[in-house]
Amino acid sequence: MTDNLFEFKDLKIGATKEDGTYIPIVKGVSFNIKPGEVVALIGESGSGKTTISLGALAYTKPGLEFSGGEVLLYGENVLTMSDEKTRALRGAKVAYLAQSAAATFNPALTIGEQVTESAVMHGILTQEAATKRAEELYHALELPDPLRIGNRYPHQVSGGQLQRLMAAMALCGKPDLLVLDEPTTALDVTTQIEVLKAFKKVIQEENAAAVYVTHDLAVVAQVADHIVVLYSGEIMEQGPVDQIINHPTHEYTRRLMSAVRPQPTAGLGEESAIAGEREQDAMEVIDMTAGYGGIVDGEPLITILRDINVDVGHAEVIGVIGESGCGKSTLARVMAGLLPQARGDVKLNGSVLEPDLHHRKLDDLQKVQFVYQMADTALNSKQHINTIIGRPLEFYHGITGKENRNKVREILELVELPPEFADRFPSELSGGQKQRVNLARSLASNPDVMLCDEVTSALDSIVGSNVIKLLRGLRDKTGVSFVFISHDLSTVASFADKIVVLYAGRVVEQGPTDAVLTPPFHPYTRLLISSVPELRIGWLEDTMQKREMAAGIARGVEITAVGCPFFNRCPAGIEGTCDTEIPPIRETIKDHLVACHLSIEELREAEAHTQQILHGFERIGDDETAGAAAH
Amino acid sequence: MTDSTQENQEPEVKSKYDELPDAPPKKKIKLSWVGKTGVTIIVFWLVMCLIGPTIAPFHEADIIADDSFMPIFTETEGEGMHWLGTDYLERDILSRIIWGARTTIGIAVVATLLAYLFGVTLGIAAAVAGGWTDMALSRVNDAILSLPTIMLGLLIVVALGASIPVLIGTATIIYASSVFRIARALGQDIMVMDFVEAAQARGEGLWWIITREVLPNAAMPLATDFGLRLVFVVLFIASMSFLGLGIQPPAADWGSMVRQNLEGLGYGSYAAIWPALAIATFTISINLIVDDISAKEGGSLAKKMI
Repeated sequence: MTDNLFEFKDLKIGATKEDGTYIPIVKGVSFNIKPGEVVALIGESGSGKTTISLGALAYTKPGLEFSGGEVLLYGENVLTMSDEKTRALRGAKVAYLAQSAAATFNPALTIGEQVTESAVMHGILTQEAATKRAEELYHALELPDPLRIGNRYPHQVSGGQLQRLMAAMALCGKPDLLVLDEPTTALDVTTQIEVLKAFKKVIQEENAAAVYVTHDLAVVAQVADHIVVLYSGEIMEQGPVDQIINHPTHEYTRRLMSAVRPQPTAGLGEESAIAGEREQDAMEVIDMTAGYGGIVDGEPLITILRDINVDVGHAEVIGVIGESGCGKSTLARVMAGLLPQARGDVKLNGSVLEPDLHHRKLDDLQKVQFVYQMADTALNSKQHINTIIGRPLEFYHGITGKENRNKVREILELVELPPEFADRFPSELSGGQKQRVNLARSLASNPDVMLCDEVTSALDSIVGSNVIKLLRGLRDKTGVSFVFISHDLSTVASFADKIVVLYAGRVVEQGPTDAVLTPPFHPYTRLLISSVPELRIGWLEDTMQKREMAAGIARGVEITAVGCPFFNRCPAGIEGTCDTEIPPIRETIKDHLVACHLSIEELREAEAHTQQILHGFERIGDDETAGAAAH
Repeated sequence: MTDSTQENQEPEVKSKYDELPDAPPKKKIKLSWVGKTGVTIIVFWLVMCLIGPTIAPFHEADIIADDSFMPIFTETEGEGMHWLGTDYLERDILSRIIWGARTTIGIAVVATLLAYLFGVTLGIAAAVAGGWTDMALSRVNDAILSLPTIMLGLLIVVALGASIPVLIGTATIIYASSVFRIARALGQDIMVMDFVEAAQARGEGLWWIITREVLPNAAMPLATDFGLRLVFVVLFIASMSFLGLGIQPPAADWGSMVRQNLEGLGYGSYAAIWPALAIATFTISINLIVDDISAKEGGSLAKKMI
């Protein structure tokens, strides 16, 4: 009898094409899961990590088949079980957590019904016992109002809460194994921390084993005991978390590590390529307020952005960051004219632009280009790449025929794609290649400003970092200004000349990248910086000790018309001032603006305090390890 | 130890870890045997439409047999074999089915095509233009949709007289309104896609957006619906004929042949079955082709998801 809970033995999964050829997806993978152990499967998309994890449920996606090997649960092969036994396995012994909680919950049923459903259905618990157990789990997962949250509907809780509720759903029937498929990938960094922390705690308390599927090494370092590195359906390397993170032996693991976003610190960005040429900004946003719904007296029904001032210099890269819902995309949409603002002006090369793009001149449309987040929906799947890129050339510059084709080839080379791709359809390209075509289409217009809305968020880390490299090259070659929107501070820090930090529709801090990323920080910027996972074991525990984390993740975002929007999550909030008065804008050095009631000195002091606490913890941590080593 | 083996592998390993391989070039759509069967049957009926009258044993209006509702493979002396028997008026069923192909398929295809021309153009235009144009077109369309089809058909035919052009026009109006609904709904879905917004942001006009962005993406679901709609038109013309306001006797069409020979079922005659089979083979074949093509499209999608 082995002490392993699950054993994957030489598992092979593949698809057979119509003409009989076999395409292997998983090429003989073996690893074990002990009770109470968290095993992380890590790899890029297409590496087969999700396919393997589903093997624990004896399930494959349609079109795939188990073509060899065994998956043993307590020594019994789940792949050869009868349908009846498989039904008893799924949800009861092995529970699956999908990536998107929003798509997993049925919006028509209450959360409580769905959390308890599988435990009751499998006859593990009675409805009363299941409800009680669910309440315990809500409590363990630190969900607000554990006694009543079960009566709510999925749309009544936040994304991070829903993700934790899904964990409650999976754990309700006390399964032996949890399969977590990228459970935090779609979340903001601040939300990710709260979810990770809850997951880790509940997995420890329940002593459940888990398979954690992700592409993010930094996240894995926080939760896993054992790491399996996959590439193209094969195991490259596996071992305890400490060994993989600190002493990776395989070339591919090292490569994954290098693609992990560096910590957002000063000095990562490059100096603007064309400095000094800044008498006039390429684009300016002046006192702009925008939102949705009808506009009454310059106030939209729902205000998303309030009093925004942003300047975009020639050949400058402006990074706009903030959590989802803070209005980042709305800002770009206002600049592009896709959403007319309620108040304020948008200027291009010094002249005021019409708010609505339908009234803008063709010249202005050509000079401001919007690049969408999802290349899949931004490219017409029924048009050849040739048409997609060639159309702006024809439309704005009247280039047709042979010249057009040649120009398309040039642009394809500019975005580092082979010219033969001109004759393909978007569906014949990979995700990263599609994103390059998406950029190429905007480049073909020969714009002054490109508004890039989260262009790397849907891509794997390696592919994403290649796209950033490309953008940097394009900026140097073409002199285009970029407004680069992202929720990922590290990406922005490595690419932008200037950073604009948005929170609940307001600019809380902006300035040159290095100035924004060095103290004094706005308290919100501080929270964002400390939320970026570090590739270090124990980082999660450390960071939770910080007071701004405790304050920051406890409450949600509130969009307010008066006072500082960050007040309810700010560790340094001054009651009576911050909640009633709009914070003054302070300039620390030239162009670095912080909107806070605290003076620059006070912010510096707060930072020093944080550092002190941090160092204190590190020292304690060091002592402990030293002590452990001595024993 | 492991270090040294890893280092030996490094040169070849390095080039391997590029971005994962891109999707293979798209293949031309190849029909499966199901689709090919459909194509064969459709081609057969289209050939019948063209050359039917020259190869049919008898004329559609000839009353030649000795008896009505004769069973299959019976012979009338001096005239010839009735392969599928005779109908209630002692006419040769096989000949009438062959002649009827031209009337039935011809009218149905023309009417459905016209319904699609108007329905899709206006539906997509309503979706793209939005606002008042959409409101005006949709309300008029709702008014047409609210009338029972047969009643509307009767009204038009009674007012204008029963003739093939009137019949086609009536079917066009009635079915264009439901096509309009579908086209508008599809158009609205596509209009909110990012690539359409990108085209609008580029400053493209209505014509480009309709013909190049929206229509190609609506084509597949519309084609699926075309098959279904064609069946409805065949049935509509059959019911009009049954009421005496469709194809005028003695001209043969499949719908009215079914209706006229229904009473034969009581005498154990298959006379009504043969034209019904003709309708079935034609309509099912169209749907087989459409389904096969859309399954292929869906199949490639499923493969991409893996």
